[in-house]
Amino acid sequence: MSELDHAQTTRHIRVTVNGVSYERDVLTRTHLGDFLRQELGLTGTHLGCEHGVCGACTIILDGQPIRSCLMLAVQADGAVIRTIEGLAQADGTLHPVQEAFWDKHGLQCGFCTPGMLTTLAAVLEADPTMDETAIREAISGNICRCTGYETIVDAALQAASRMRGGH
Amino acid sequence: MGARYFGAAVKRLEDPKLITGRGQYLDDIPMPGVLHVAVVRSPHAHALINAIDASMARDHAGVVAVLTAADLGEMAQKPMPMMAPAPMVKTPLTQSPLANGSVHYVGEAVALVVAESRAVAEDAAAMVMVDYDPLPAMVDLAHALKDGANLANKALQSNLAGTLKGGFGDVAGVFAKAAHVFKETLSLHRGGCHAMECRGVMARPDPAGNRIDIWSSTQSPYMVRRALALCLGMDEASVRVTAPDVGGGFGPKAVVYAEDYAIPMAARHLGRPLKWVEDRGEHFVATTQQRDQLWELEVAADAQGRMLGVRGHCLHDNGAYLPYGVVLPVTSMSSFPGPYALEALEISLDVIYTNMVPNTPVRGAGRPNTCFVLERLADRVARELGIPREDVRRRSFVQASQFPYETGMKARDGSPVSYDSGDYVQCLDLAVAKFGSDFKARQDKARAEGRYIGMGIASYVEDTGLAPYEGATIRVQPNGKVLLLTGAAAQGQGHKTVFAQIAADQLGISPQDITVEAGDTSLFPLGIGTIASRVAVTGGSSVHMAAVETRAKAIKVASQVLEAQEADLVLEGGFVKVSGTDRQVSLGQLALMLHGNFGQPLPAGIAPGLSATAFYEARQTTFANGTNLCEVEVDIETGAVKILRYVVAHDCGTLINPMLVDGQIRGGVVHGIGNALFERMIYDENGQPQTTNYGEYLLPLATEMPRIEIVHMESPSPRNPIGVKGAGEGGTIPAAACVISAIEDALSPFNARLKSHPVSPQDLVQLVDQG
Amino acid sequence: MKASAFAYHDPKTVQELNSLLGSLENVRILAGGQSLMPMLNMRYAFPDHVIDINHIADLAELAMTPAGLRIGAMTRQRIVREHPLVLQHAPVLAEALHWVGHVQTRARGTIGGSLCHLDPAAEQPCIAALYDAVLHVSGPRGARDVPMRDWVVSYMTPNLEPDEALLGLTLPVWTTQGQNVGHGFHEFARRHGDYAIVAAAALVSLDAGKVVRRAAIALAGVDVKPVRLDIAEQALLGQVLDHDLIATVSAMAATIEMMEDAHITPAYRGRLAQTMTKRALTDALNRATGGRNV
Repeated sequence: MSELDHAQTTRHIRVTVNGVSYERDVLTRTHLGDFLRQELGLTGTHLGCEHGVCGACTIILDGQPIRSCLMLAVQADGAVIRTIEGLAQADGTLHPVQEAFWDKHGLQCGFCTPGMLTTLAAVLEADPTMDETAIREAISGNICRCTGYETIVDAALQAASRMRGGH
Repeated sequence: MGARYFGAAVKRLEDPKLITGRGQYLDDIPMPGVLHVAVVRSPHAHALINAIDASMARDHAGVVAVLTAADLGEMAQKPMPMMAPAPMVKTPLTQSPLANGSVHYVGEAVALVVAESRAVAEDAAAMVMVDYDPLPAMVDLAHALKDGANLANKALQSNLAGTLKGGFGDVAGVFAKAAHVFKETLSLHRGGCHAMECRGVMARPDPAGNRIDIWSSTQSPYMVRRALALCLGMDEASVRVTAPDVGGGFGPKAVVYAEDYAIPMAARHLGRPLKWVEDRGEHFVATTQQRDQLWELEVAADAQGRMLGVRGHCLHDNGAYLPYGVVLPVTSMSSFPGPYALEALEISLDVIYTNMVPNTPVRGAGRPNTCFVLERLADRVARELGIPREDVRRRSFVQASQFPYETGMKARDGSPVSYDSGDYVQCLDLAVAKFGSDFKARQDKARAEGRYIGMGIASYVEDTGLAPYEGATIRVQPNGKVLLLTGAAAQGQGHKTVFAQIAADQLGISPQDITVEAGDTSLFPLGIGTIASRVAVTGGSSVHMAAVETRAKAIKVASQVLEAQEADLVLEGGFVKVSGTDRQVSLGQLALMLHGNFGQPLPAGIAPGLSATAFYEARQTTFANGTNLCEVEVDIETGAVKILRYVVAHDCGTLINPMLVDGQIRGGVVHGIGNALFERMIYDENGQPQTTNYGEYLLPLATEMPRIEIVHMESPSPRNPIGVKGAGEGGTIPAAACVISAIEDALSPFNARLKSHPVSPQDLVQLVDQG
Repeated sequence: MKASAFAYHDPKTVQELNSLLGSLENVRILAGGQSLMPMLNMRYAFPDHVIDINHIADLAELAMTPAGLRIGAMTRQRIVREHPLVLQHAPVLAEALHWVGHVQTRARGTIGGSLCHLDPAAEQPCIAALYDAVLHVSGPRGARDVPMRDWVVSYMTPNLEPDEALLGLTLPVWTTQGQNVGHGFHEFARRHGDYAIVAAAALVSLDAGKVVRRAAIALAGVDVKPVRLDIAEQALLGQVLDHDLIATVSAMAATIEMMEDAHITPAYRGRLAQTMTKRALTDALNRATGGRNV
């Protein structure tokens, strides 16, 4: 691919990430996960497999949880993105899923955690009535090698309860 | 001192940054001017390298250098030192940092491409032309020692690296007198660690070339420092190794790898900071794996089903090299006789070279293997004699009255292996009680409905707290906050929290007032590594000792300051107080005093600083134990296995933080379930790996994993000051054996015999059809 | 694991797409990216040009037409799964999508992408086969319709010329007038969200006497393309559908020739085909009879 001209391999994009607008030139081959990490310095989004199975790189794009390794950065032009860095409120108040992961020991090494949290934040914000079966399906695209998943499920159930207005 | 935090389910100090995306794993560390490395890897399982032509790659835009072993000098061409030398191995093979004329597994590092971005480095890596002369590969363990077998390395006369022998008692006599002798052929299959963060190394040389800073996603930063300082001919003080946040380890990250050598060498060669981050494709072929073993065993039992003796032989695949010496097969050997009070044992274990990824411990090391074969034998005895499987275990276990119990085996230093404490029968009974007594009735009812459920059982003993030592420093700062420094870095275990819990109680402060720094060789002088379920014992005891000493010092100084008897002083809320009065002095004030000031001598007999350093030396091993029970349902139409229940009774001595121990157990069990049902690292007959992505290599997912019910028993170890035993691997060790036991029970109407794992649904359907 | 360099194009209309397809060589079309992006990252695919069709708004439409339910190629799996028209007219498609990937991949993955990727065990081509779907193809030389039976040329290869793209498909959905239509979908995969080893989809239309008036059964994972179980469909017609009949016709699923690979034997595939067919037909029967025949 040595003959490609610059105009076809580079694009100018605008994205809003965690409420902040960014404009950057990007190489068209760069996936969104690398863009967030390397260009925007948002290294909370992790790359665990880069072939779309482990879910560590999950971000919330226009309201939907997606794998950022399976999307080109150039495709995010105009998108509104939330990453792990944007789940807590500006004053530091944790999102209910973050709070619950801390309470329930929902993480050990923490590497899959950003993808777990973004996935769960997105699905529980859409439907806080999810039960254990639904929660396990929702995180079936997120691999955790440390926890055995149970405390993650417990954390999600606690977060769901709080998001429904319970305690 | 009240134990306020020790033993409590304290929320982790590690979590606030990790749940907000502020963790700093290797690839997250900002490094101005860093260049990116892609590794050219062997596509052949066994080949000679005739020539390497990197000219096209070097010319590619954005490439800074392409480096081979020849470019990096003699040390890059020499075999790396074995991490644990093994004199019994006649032909000790380790790889060199970059291949030197030959390669012995697919994935072996051949050259480095250094470029302005990883993508460009990968572009150029494909342009490095390596002229290979492929040789026949050795991948068939069963035939490795047969005449005419392909040799895994031209330096070898035989694929046999060495034979381990262990045992005790009058084996021939025990087998001759035994009422029953049963023979089994069993096997286990290899898998990987699959930490969600792959490995990675970053190195920054100083411009003068006198120092180097290295970051490695490792379990053993001090081993990396030792290896690199020796290799580079540098003082250890000039080699700083940091393990940043590490995204899981599970054993393989304890190895000092080719990249741990080659990246710093290349960084010094180029005088530039370099970073290599293993991608998942590389992880499958370049990070060590484990568990391939083929076993032939016999068990002798008396008429009541008590196991009397075991003898057997094992072929152990160690892959292409012995990076860790024979530590892995030794853990298989030394895990005998498990929880069983055998009268006689005789095991020989042939360590075999093959042309696959080298093997080193993966969670459990050789212990899950030994547990699997012993538990299969115990189940066999039960089945043949028609007695409950739990009764074979109860009758065969080391009994509570026998502790300390010398098994008859010898430890690595030649001393007798001696189990310290526990009550294996009671621990099993706890699991049985939790599981409930209605299983048989439910099984009969299910079978009447055409459903096949089964109960599995597996028990184990785990040696924990491996020698030699870890250490810790506790230093109270003038602001009253405490700094706790240790060499024992974590990969998710929560060391910071448990160390802070231990220290907080002694110092009368909250864990939140303690900052724990671990895994930076510039902050603490010596360390070993976070492996072998050893840090709670070695690190935890060191913290305790340092905290006790710090406390004593605080009391001694405070007694002068407050003009009170030491016996009347208590530490509480960050103060040393005189009981029953309002007289007090803060730890911060004492620290300030002991930090000293110009021209003012410290109090007589008091060394500077409100601090202490302690190294706990593990001169005797502690032994955790437990029994797992599970219930599975097998769909005989598809072979699908569903785990309906999983119960763990677990005894790792005194619990520091039960929530974290439970986390270790659950994660460990699920790893074992993966080994039993899902994880299959397949090589073809040419040594080409066939399962190198997560669509082909199946890891456990949330949808298939059961809840894991845990019961704790606490038999404090008398061998360390805090009574703890390790908990990092006790989940994994029995889990595969337990699941396999349950499947065999579920399919007992078909006389199914399970002799290996992993088992696939297709395998089970075949067993059903043959039954 | 980074993609090799390529030129990126993002046409806004089908005309622009056709024009690009007519002028570029070594092209890969990027739809939802859930299959192509891994291939790019792992460097299994080295296109010189990637044409991103996510910006062609027309391709994401889903509507009832006289010919059936028309679904644009770029309709996301998440949208299809929850769409009222799908739930009303082709609920078996929604059910099959439950088994496709995970919440994150369904958010991006498209029905057209799956129909072009053509994993032999994929659920969406199986449903297209079940309905005898018509696939709408376009290129610089014009548009054409391809029946699903002619869509799979060989292993993971659709009936597309290098300059053609899939725009959408039409499912000729079954009317329910005067009869009771029931559906079923079952698959066996190692883990939730994995590609099936074998999947079976069934549609039956029963009259008041539970006599089968129309039947369709499609299998995935038994051949390089989804297979209609014609013999079983024929055997069902005119018969009263009950569990005995289901057992009889399901056994036919095990008799067809099964593909073989390094890991799964034909015999095991046959067993799964039989079991999945039985379970799918049983669900179809129960649904067609409102659960009265359970």
